[in-house]
Amino acid sequence: MKTSVSIVGGSGYGGGELLRLLLGHPNVEVKQVTSRSHLGEYVYQVHPNLRKRTQLKFSDPAQIEPVDVLFLALPHGEAQKRIDEYAALAGRIIDLSADFRLKDPADYQKWYGEPHAAPGWLGKFVYGLPELHRAEMAEAKYISGVGCNATATNLALLPLVKAGLIDLDQPIYVEIKVGSSESGAEGNAGSHHAERANVIRTFSAFGHRHTAEVIQELGVKNVSLTMTAVDLVRGVLATAHATVKPGVANKDLWKAYRAAANENPFIRVVKEQRGIYRVPEPKIVAGSNYADLGFELDESNGHVVSICAIDNLMKGASGTAVQCLNLMMGWDETLGLEFAGLHPI
Amino acid sequence: MNTVVCPECEAQINLEAGTEVGEIIVCPDCGVDLEVTALDPAAVELAPMEQEDWGE
Repeated sequence: MKTSVSIVGGSGYGGGELLRLLLGHPNVEVKQVTSRSHLGEYVYQVHPNLRKRTQLKFSDPAQIEPVDVLFLALPHGEAQKRIDEYAALAGRIIDLSADFRLKDPADYQKWYGEPHAAPGWLGKFVYGLPELHRAEMAEAKYISGVGCNATATNLALLPLVKAGLIDLDQPIYVEIKVGSSESGAEGNAGSHHAERANVIRTFSAFGHRHTAEVIQELGVKNVSLTMTAVDLVRGVLATAHATVKPGVANKDLWKAYRAAANENPFIRVVKEQRGIYRVPEPKIVAGSNYADLGFELDESNGHVVSICAIDNLMKGASGTAVQCLNLMMGWDETLGLEFAGLHPI
Repeated sequence: MNTVVCPECEAQINLEAGTEVGEIIVCPDCGVDLEVTALDPAAVELAPMEQEDWGE
């Protein structure tokens, strides 16, 4: 018997990608996908890649029925207002929004500019990055989403922090290049094609909200993310600059990155000395759940550059959410996430 | 099975049966060319490789 799931808020890019993955998942049956703005439409009329994959129509969010697992893919700020209602419908919830990522209500208010509507729920959610919380997910009933930029940064820094290779008293600067799908399916003046095409636009020099997830999850205080929109639809490339502790050499980095790849099925090390793709590139992971990591160390001054490429809608959102589902249900972590991406693309 | 350690990234590399001294093998992890310099015990050294910046 398959596990029943529904998606609340399924008309956005994250919801569409989630639906694509769940429709192909061998252990899952998708019962409902809700959307107020597209109520009654076939889901493939909004997500055209799903034509002939499903005859589901968008349901009324007010008529969502009980299921085994409920995915919430609502705009940020919405899930927290109705979390008690959703919890009554499903024993397990995976929320893709930012509503339950931060543990401390004061942090939420600091980074999101308003008090949390359900602060008592923050402690019930496991932060949704399997590479950091795999064991807790096996026991979890509620798992949060992850920020795509936070994920690229957290994974870029994970081998360095976990192995204790970098000096955390020194600043960590992370340059992040992002594709247009990060800003969601709703348009604005800045996303108008004539304005968005061909840009290299630094839209946040520091203080991006996803910084809070890096601070919380890696325990690094002195970290700054600089966000630059580039001419991509999908993809995030995080390039982190840090300082290694005295005596750390290239071979120590290899050991740390290799360990990360061995411990995590979706982490790959890309540090090649042959071929065209010698460093991580977002286009190679587009549509896949892989996070490609690379690094370079200037041994003369200890400057380390760590690079992570992900698909923002996959490892940065819906792919990771399905990975969380697998862990929560005790299934193989990679189930439904085997797609290797495309080349050339 | 003969095993060597990549001098660049310390990957463990199993030499295939029939590997000969002087043969160039490729590290599966970092992609460097390695010249097999001995077999008993097995040893490798970094072999010269073309550096590539794609003209940028």
